[in-house]
Amino acid sequence: MARISINNISHSYKKRKDIESDYALKSINHVWNDGESFAILGPSGCGKTTLLNIISGLLTASNGSIYFDEKDVTYLPTEERNIAQVFQFPIIYDTMTVAENLSFPLINRGLSLNQIQNKVTEILGLLKLDAISNHKANDLTADQKQKIALGRGLVRSDVNAILFDEPLTVIDPQMKWEIHSHIKSIHRQLNQTMIYVTHDQTEALTFADNVAVMKDGKIIQVGTPNELFKRPAHTFVGYFIGSPGMNFLPCQVKEKIALIGNEKVQLCSDYGNLCDGIELGIRPEYVKLFDSADVDSQGIPAVIKNIINYGRSNIVYLERGTYQFNAIVPNDEAIPDNPVAVFPPDKIHIYCKSKIIEP
Amino acid sequence: MLELKNASNFINAEVHLSNISLQFKSGIVNAILGPTMSGKTPLIRLIAGLDKCAEGNIFINDNDITNQKVQKRNVAMVHQQFINYPSLSVFDNIASPLRILRIDEKVIGHKVNKVAELLKLESLLKFFPNNLSGGEQQRTAIARAIIKDADLVLMDEPLANLDYKFREEFRSELPNIMKEINAIFIYATSEVSEALFMSGNTTILSNGQAIQSGPTYDIYNNPNNIIALKIFSDPSVNELKVIKKEKYFFIGNTQLFPVKKYHKHIRDGIYSIAVRPYHGFSKKHSKDMIEFKMKILGNEFAGAENIIHTEFYGEHWKFFISNYVYDDQLDHIKIYIDAKDIFIFDNDGLPVFIPPL
Repeated sequence: MARISINNISHSYKKRKDIESDYALKSINHVWNDGESFAILGPSGCGKTTLLNIISGLLTASNGSIYFDEKDVTYLPTEERNIAQVFQFPIIYDTMTVAENLSFPLINRGLSLNQIQNKVTEILGLLKLDAISNHKANDLTADQKQKIALGRGLVRSDVNAILFDEPLTVIDPQMKWEIHSHIKSIHRQLNQTMIYVTHDQTEALTFADNVAVMKDGKIIQVGTPNELFKRPAHTFVGYFIGSPGMNFLPCQVKEKIALIGNEKVQLCSDYGNLCDGIELGIRPEYVKLFDSADVDSQGIPAVIKNIINYGRSNIVYLERGTYQFNAIVPNDEAIPDNPVAVFPPDKIHIYCKSKIIEP
Repeated sequence: MLELKNASNFINAEVHLSNISLQFKSGIVNAILGPTMSGKTPLIRLIAGLDKCAEGNIFINDNDITNQKVQKRNVAMVHQQFINYPSLSVFDNIASPLRILRIDEKVIGHKVNKVAELLKLESLLKFFPNNLSGGEQQRTAIARAIIKDADLVLMDEPLANLDYKFREEFRSELPNIMKEINAIFIYATSEVSEALFMSGNTTILSNGQAIQSGPTYDIYNNPNNIIALKIFSDPSVNELKVIKKEKYFFIGNTQLFPVKKYHKHIRDGIYSIAVRPYHGFSKKHSKDMIEFKMKILGNEFAGAENIIHTEFYGEHWKFFISNYVYDDQLDHIKIYIDAKDIFIFDNDGLPVFIPPL
C-alpha cells in the first residue's frame, strides 16, 4: 500500500493545447492517504476516468507528476505500478473455475501453494463465492462474474492501490447493494487504498470515507459524504448529490433575512448585505409544507405542479412565480392543497456566483 | 391497444417467454419491470415482430398482427446502446426516418423542430453525435424513434448506460413526452425507481412469466406474490420465515410479535414475513410498534437517511433510518416496526396479509 499524490496534473487528448477548454483535466492536486477508501464522483465527461487512468498508468498526463509514497511514477507503465484494477465489464478467464481465476494473479507472483490457498479461501469467503468456487466462470451470471473480477482485484495484498472504474454498471440494482457491502467490509478488514470512480452519487456516498466531486476537469469539493450532503461548497455539488438535488432560489440578503421576491426567509446568522448573483440553497428533504389556511403558517406560498410517490416518500414539485423548487414529504405526512413552504434556518446555505459564503 | 394472448417463445427448447397475456394502452407509460434474464428483451422483440411467437397471438386494436413482419408493424425502438448516424447532424439524424418516406422537406423541418423542442435538443440540431454527451445522444435516438408517428414505441432499458443525474431528470420528463404522442409506449427496465417515477402501468416479469400487471401503484402496494414484492423493491425487501401459532408469530420458540385483530383470518402454520426497508424506525412513535433487537452489520450514508444493515435471525435486513446518529461502538440496534407494515405470505408465496395504505 502507498500514499498516492498527484501534483498539478493536466491532461489533453488534443494535439493543440492552447486554451483551457482543450484540457480534460485542469491542474489537479490531491493526496490519497494509505488505506483510504475514496470515491471520485461526477457526470460523464468530467474527467474522472481520465484521472483514474493517469493513476493506473494507462495514460501519461500531459503535465504534472504523480508519486507513490516518495517514488515518482509519472512515466512508469501500468505493470510497474503494482496496482489492481476492476473495470465496468468483468475481465476474467471464462474457461477457468472461480478459484483458479482468483489464484492466477498470485501464481504469477510466485507465492507458495499454501499461501495462495489461504488467500483465495479468504477472499472467496468474503465475497460469498465459496459455494461456486469450482464452477467454470463461463456458466455464471453477470454479477457473479463481476464478483470474480473484484476477487481478482482484492486477492493480492501487496498492491499499492485498488482502482474501480464504475464496477457496478452491469449489475442489477438490487445486487448492487450486496456487492457494495462486500467491498466495504473487505475494505474494513484489509485496509487497502481504494479509489472508486462513479457517476452514481449513492454508490459514492455509501462506499467512500471521502469523496471528490468533479466537474469540467476540476475537483470542486472534497469531503466526507456527510459534509457534501449537509454543506455543499458549490451549487453543482448541491445539485449533483441528493435526489432530487438541492433547491436554489435567487434572493437578496439583508443581514439575517433573505428576500425571495417579496417573501422574507429567516437566516441563522448575519451575512451583511448581498445582492448580486445570490442564491439560497435548501435541500428538498428539509422543506416543510404547511396549509396556508393555518393562521400561524408563515412562509412562501407555492403552487403544487406535480406529486410523485416513489415508494417511501412523495416528491412535491412546487412553483412560486418564476421559481421552481421541490419538497420531499414522507408517506405518513399530509400534503396540503394550498401549501406554504417553510425553510428551517439551520438548513439554509447562501451562495454567491455558485460558491458558498460564510456568514 | 396492444394485446398479447397466451404468447410463448422458446429458443432451442429453452423457455424465454411463457404463456403471456397482457394489454398495453396508449397515452401512458407501460413499464415492464424485471431483473436481468427475466425475459424483458425477448418480450420487446416479440412485440416488435423481430421474433415470432411460438404459440399465442398479438393484436393491435383487435387486428391480429401475430404473423406481420417488423417492417409492417410501424414500430420505433430505442435500445440500451443508442444508435445514431455519426456522419449526420442531430437534425438529419432525427429527420432520417421521414426522408426514407420521402416526406416534403418543409413538413420535415416543422416536425423535427417540434420533436427537438419536446426533447430539449433545439440548440443542438447542428451538432454531430460525436460532440454530444451520452444523454444528448440518447435523446437524439429517442427523437428519431418518435418522429415517424409509430403506432408502437418500444424502449429497452434506454437509460441503463446514462448518468444518474440525467436518468433522474429524464424519467420524470418521459411521461409528459408520451402524453404528447399518440402511440402505445412500452418501457423495459430493471430499475424499480423508473417504474415508480413514470407511474402508468407496470408489468412484473420473472423467469419469462408476467406475474402481475396493472396500475403501477396498485402493483407496488398489493403484490399478488412474494416474488412480485421482491422484484418491486429496492433495496430488496427484508424477509424471514416464521411460524404462526395461536396468539403469536414465532421464530423457533421465540415470540416475534403478537397476532393482531387484522391477522385473525390467518391459520396456524409456516409463513414468510416481509418488511420494506423504510418501514423500520429508530424510535417508537405509535403504540402498535413492535421492538426488534438486531445485530448491526454496518451503516451506509445516504443523504438525509442512513441505511442500517442488520442481521436478524440469520437474515440480512436493511433499513432507511432518518436522523440517526450512528455509533460504531454499538453491537445492536432496536428497530421499531408497526405490525400493520409487515407483509405476510403463505408457503406458496401468496399474500395472507398486505399492509393497508
